[in-house]
Amino acid sequence: MNRTPRPYIDPYLAGIGIGVVLLAAYVVVGQGLGASGAFASVVASGTAVVQGATRAAASPAVAPYLPHGIASPLQDWLVFELAGVMLGGFTSAWLAGRLRRDVERGSGVGVRQRMSAAVGGGALMGVGAKFARGCTSGQALSGGALLSVGSWIFIASCFAAGYVLAPAARRLWR
Amino acid sequence: MTPLTETGSLGSSGALVAAILIGFAFGWFLERGGLGSAPKLAGQFYVTDLTVFKVMFSALVTAMLGAFWLDRLGVLRLDLVYLPETFVVPQALGGVLFGADFLVAGLCPGTSCVAAAAGRRDGLGVMIGMLIGVWLFNLTFDRIASMYSATPLGAVRLTDLAGVTPGVGVAVVTALALAGFAVANRIERRRA
Repeated sequence: MNRTPRPYIDPYLAGIGIGVVLLAAYVVVGQGLGASGAFASVVASGTAVVQGATRAAASPAVAPYLPHGIASPLQDWLVFELAGVMLGGFTSAWLAGRLRRDVERGSGVGVRQRMSAAVGGGALMGVGAKFARGCTSGQALSGGALLSVGSWIFIASCFAAGYVLAPAARRLWR
Repeated sequence: MTPLTETGSLGSSGALVAAILIGFAFGWFLERGGLGSAPKLAGQFYVTDLTVFKVMFSALVTAMLGAFWLDRLGVLRLDLVYLPETFVVPQALGGVLFGADFLVAGLCPGTSCVAAAAGRRDGLGVMIGMLIGVWLFNLTFDRIASMYSATPLGAVRLTDLAGVTPGVGVAVVTALALAGFAVANRIERRRA
């Protein structure tokens, strides 16, 4: 492993790369990229394992994610795509000397506080993504590039909330 | 003619192989651009690092222009590409909750996977949080269902709402993004 990590590439170049990948997704499978949907698929399958497939499928929130029963994630495009994201992220970090067991945080917070913020923030973000029908990938990027009205409502409210609350969360990232 | 899956040129197992390849490239570019690092992403909200804005909107504009022109050239049938449905109030509230907690978590669902894959435990924490959040949503769905499905507009584009052609919409969004990039570059030059 390299001692000094290589610098990141130009953000516009990374953006154009992601844009071409998103375009490839439209062309090949007729849908955009996503992330939160894969989490929903895994949760639905987990619920089916715990409660039994019949009871789990009785919930209107879970049923759409169980078209093939408990094994649905194994046939879900988004789950495979997100597995690919992890592989790609790992490979890129490895080749750039950026693989590191670490908890990244602002200098004003300890590891425990940072981990609580990550899990708690992640949970509420999960609820937000459910209401929004997608996250930064599936809604903002994939729907935004198709000029979907809801995607742009999501982009606007997401950035607005982040900026309004940023001063209050200053301690986390100082 | 594409999309390949919609025109019958690609079966479901082929689509799953494509999913891994497409995901790999997505994760690769996210990591290369530094989007696997929470403090870097949070910098967007303190205007100390504008990487999130630059990556997101250059990706959006690239895909938008590509899709528009491939449709024009008869390569891609854009009407067969999945367009998410709009629900005004839940998506606005979901966006507020998401944005607020993107700030707290420092990572979004996709970038949390990249962070975790690069060894960051905070990325893994956000992934676990996501699973908990979706589970809580499912658990309480009976009580929130009416809010969840309020104010539906169907699958609708900004250009439909504004009553302009897709070409005008694409041109306006491109112009706004380019203006945004110019402002972002100026902010960074001033800080340097």
